[in-house]
Amino acid sequence: MARPRLPFEFLVALRFLREGRMQTALILLGVTGGVAVIVFLSQLIAQLQSTIIDRVLGSQAHVVVRPLEEVNLRARTDPASTAVIEPRAQRLRSIDQWEAIVKLAEEQPGVVAVSPVVSGPAFALRGRASKSVALLGIEPDRYRRIVKMDTYMVRGKFQVEGTNAIIGTELAKDLGVTVGDKVFLRAAGGRDELLQVTGLFDIGNKDLNRRWVFTTMKLAQSLLDLPGGVSNIDITVTDIFDASEVAARLQAGSGMTVDSWMTTNSQLLAALRNQSVSNNLIRSFVIIIVALGISSVLVVSVVQKQKEIGILRAMGTSSNRIMGVFLLQGALVGFVGALSGVGLAWALLQIFSTIYRTGDGAPIFEPQLDTGIALSAAGIALAVGVLAALIPARRAAKMDPVQAIRA
Amino acid sequence: MTDAAGKPGIISMRGLRKSYGVGTPVETEVLHGIDADLAEGEFCALIGPSGSGKSTLLNLVGLLEPPTAGELSVAGQSTTGLNEQALTVLRGRHIGFVFQFHHLLPAFTALENVMMPAIIAHGVATAQDEAVAHDLLARVGLSSHEYKKAGQLSGGQQQRVAIARALSLSPRLILADEPTGNLDTHTADDIFALLREFNRERGSACLIVTHDPRLAARCDRRIELVDGRLAASTSVAEPA
Repeated sequence: MARPRLPFEFLVALRFLREGRMQTALILLGVTGGVAVIVFLSQLIAQLQSTIIDRVLGSQAHVVVRPLEEVNLRARTDPASTAVIEPRAQRLRSIDQWEAIVKLAEEQPGVVAVSPVVSGPAFALRGRASKSVALLGIEPDRYRRIVKMDTYMVRGKFQVEGTNAIIGTELAKDLGVTVGDKVFLRAAGGRDELLQVTGLFDIGNKDLNRRWVFTTMKLAQSLLDLPGGVSNIDITVTDIFDASEVAARLQAGSGMTVDSWMTTNSQLLAALRNQSVSNNLIRSFVIIIVALGISSVLVVSVVQKQKEIGILRAMGTSSNRIMGVFLLQGALVGFVGALSGVGLAWALLQIFSTIYRTGDGAPIFEPQLDTGIALSAAGIALAVGVLAALIPARRAAKMDPVQAIRA
Repeated sequence: MTDAAGKPGIISMRGLRKSYGVGTPVETEVLHGIDADLAEGEFCALIGPSGSGKSTLLNLVGLLEPPTAGELSVAGQSTTGLNEQALTVLRGRHIGFVFQFHHLLPAFTALENVMMPAIIAHGVATAQDEAVAHDLLARVGLSSHEYKKAGQLSGGQQQRVAIARALSLSPRLILADEPTGNLDTHTADDIFALLREFNRERGSACLIVTHDPRLAARCDRRIELVDGRLAASTSVAEPA
């Protein structure tokens, strides 16, 4: 077909880009590189962060409700008398009205799962071995939504009833037991019980593998002398970075002590935030550089195309449409550069994920491209292309046709 | 607007002045009040020595730049006070340009160049536009060169494409700035003959800036500019 099918602005913009082959290739390369850096970096950091967070939060609730600490108060408030108030030893206590607080927590927006837990210190005994452990009385169906125990189970199922217990692989080794064997558990108050090991877990943390002993809530309550009570309530939230807000709301609603992972891991959080800030900084600079690149190439192109602009104007093209032609060139460069940039980022992710592996050979990050990141990078490239073309386009539009034709 | 013969004029100039560098110490007036008309379908040469203001006058008439003072009407419409948009529309609808250095768009083929005024006017090329462009290129004898890029054509061929392009929307007025200026005599004659042919056939008025007295003599009328003033307006007897 001889007749060009494209509308005027597209037709001219594409021909101009095609005519300035070298310039177009260079600037496309620039945009491609920029988009690739942004996408690759964002993806990498997002994945590394989520890996770190997963590891930290893999064995930890996002939000934990605990009873208020007990404090000693002075009976007499005589200002003249001074007294040293010793901090009070905190005994194991139940959360007041915990059923109501569980209900309250479940009603909070952004809360995924709520699990009441009865936990306290105990000793696991077998023969002459005696190990200090943390006894955790749980409802498996609720607790597996806090910590993904099912994925950590080495033997048996994450299911407790009666006097069954699930222990970590390290504790099993220390006590020389396995599934089916019995372990004697003595709580700090002297209450004891003979438990049957029905499952082993490996949570990826030796310390926890050595310390955690799961039983039913009822058993833990009787061993720890907390009849009908729970010592803390674990909560999972949808967006982990909303945890502190959820915690604050719950604290206001329940009057209990409510901590989020963000306060217990404030150092980690600060590190993650710094990483995000530096990522944003790099992104901003890359965007600025890409924008300057597009802009300068188009400025040159406007000068080179002076004559053509003049001819088009003489043939009845309004200055607005001339502007449109150059804005479109910016948009096209941005769009095509974004496509190839996302492609390059994808390739980089494939390559780097095979190069960088953890000690056990698993990739540090998955070579997956997040559609959100890719789309937003493409959107940014498009917008940057148009914005960068603004100055050259206005220059082209303002060009005096007579001068342009004479040039 | 009517001329002596009572026909409505395509161009009417009244006291047209043009100064450059207005408001600066180097302000220079190039045109000192031009009164002239061009009748519909008239074939007119604009002659005069270099620097006499011929090109400037052509640019004013072509609505490429505004006069400093005076009244200019094109196709019966006064251009005083029209904004850029309105001037662009007026120019696109009624005026076709043929420049000295043919000024084709190098990124486009001969056919596309001829279609360009239609693409600009219609937004996108229609089948009708294509048919017209084929027809025009056939008329200027370039059917076999339709798909060549502008740069692959000789000077005379390029100028013929430029004429075809100027005619693509059948404008009522064709402005040609030394259309044969850099062509050899033989080619120049061809180009001139082509313009004349289209003028007769389609009734487009032509205003042709030329240095060549031989060609000027073959026009209906000559307007002569000297130092930015109208020196003479001579009707030439129609050659037999």
